[in-house]
Amino acid sequence: MQEEEIKSIVLHSLKQIAPDTKPEQLGWEENMREALNIDSFDALQFIVALSEKLDIDIPEKDYGHTATMKSLMAYLKKKKQV
Amino acid sequence: MIEFKMPSLGADMEDGTLVEWRKKPGDQVKRGDILADVDTQKGLIEIEVFDEGVIDTLLLEEGVKVPVGTIMAIIRPLGEVTEEKDIPSAISSEEPEKSEEVPAKTSEEKEERRVKITPLAKRIALENNLDYSVINGTGPEGAIVKKDVEKALAEAVGPSKEMGGFTEKADEAIVEVKKEHKTPPIKAIRTAVAAAMSKSNREIPHYYLEKKIDMTRALEWLTETNSGLPVQKRILPAALFIKSVASSLVDVPELNAEWEDELVIKNEINIGFVVSLRSGGIVVPSLKNADLKSVGEIMEWLNDIIPRSRSFNLRSSELSGSTVTITNLGEGGADKVFGIVYPPQVAIIGLGSVAEEPFAKKGMVGIHPMLYVTLSGDHRATDGLVGSRFLAAMDKHLQNPQAL
Repeated sequence: MQEEEIKSIVLHSLKQIAPDTKPEQLGWEENMREALNIDSFDALQFIVALSEKLDIDIPEKDYGHTATMKSLMAYLKKKKQV
Repeated sequence: MIEFKMPSLGADMEDGTLVEWRKKPGDQVKRGDILADVDTQKGLIEIEVFDEGVIDTLLLEEGVKVPVGTIMAIIRPLGEVTEEKDIPSAISSEEPEKSEEVPAKTSEEKEERRVKITPLAKRIALENNLDYSVINGTGPEGAIVKKDVEKALAEAVGPSKEMGGFTEKADEAIVEVKKEHKTPPIKAIRTAVAAAMSKSNREIPHYYLEKKIDMTRALEWLTETNSGLPVQKRILPAALFIKSVASSLVDVPELNAEWEDELVIKNEINIGFVVSLRSGGIVVPSLKNADLKSVGEIMEWLNDIIPRSRSFNLRSSELSGSTVTITNLGEGGADKVFGIVYPPQVAIIGLGSVAEEPFAKKGMVGIHPMLYVTLSGDHRATDGLVGSRFLAAMDKHLQNPQAL
């Protein structure tokens, strides 16, 4: 799986939980939950979507890695060994 | 005979518009069956029957707006003897089930065939360029109803299971399906909230209490529980909060009540949980018998009800019958929230965000995750002492989460 493919899945999943936003315009180091106004329920749905679409396990202790696009992409690339 | 009335789906609902009958005279119904779709300020709601019987007469025409409490239909209870000749007369005089026979052409067939479809279902199908002649109807006499069209649309789009298979087109298609749930305008929701809250503030003399609760044990329990669960089953603090409120109401039942010129304590603990909408406004679905459900079951309920609340896809029973309300701010926001009681309830519990704070315990100051729980109570119904006992019970339960 290529980096671009992972990014596309991330952006699509964000768009699904926050359809009124433009996740593709997120700053690389911006706090995603604050920028897109995502509550804890939607944040969990986002993690469920990523786990299912990328076929990986994201344990609760790793939730901190999902704060920004930068940290999330680094985490997912490592998980998928890209 | 049972009079089926336009239900009230909360103190802020004054009227509803009958959009579509789902049953016709002569149909047998049981508790939980959907009788009609009604358009309210909270969106298109499926109205359920609470009795068992046979539909005798449908009194409203589709498209008519009536106040809450208006008799919509007459249901004959099972076992009640009615002369057979009465039934056809009721049908022939009213015949409000308007599923019409319309010619429909399939792409291949030259021959026309008759398809039964309700006006609402037909409109949705046409708006989406859907060939409804191929849909199997599940309504009365095989008529195609709204649900059938929605199902067909959902199947036609289908979520892409392939990774990376997301295209602009798929995005558009998902948006199309979402349009199917009639979204009430923001203004209508705001008006409804404004009316209910003004009434509450005008009529209810509130008292307010707050308590700081150390969440160390509760969060440790959640972390431990979640570490053994797949991501789809992981529990959010909100589920634990709801359960602790329900257990505390068992201890202090005076707050699980209604004010009807006197305090009327309710047997069932049905918790209204405020769901905020991204576009502004709130929807308050009701969790029935919350005290009898496990934390895991409450989380399952949240997983189901929150997305449906946000897409205005709820049944009437899911919006009514709450005996108390919880408003939960979640993480990262304000420290505490003082709600306004939702009449005729007598209390609303506000949960702030959990944040680390210095906290003294047994003579030692440490950094603990703290939650501010507030209670707004109706002072006509209870006094501060009752509210104080309730908040102490919340603290007790959250210090012992494994017992919840």
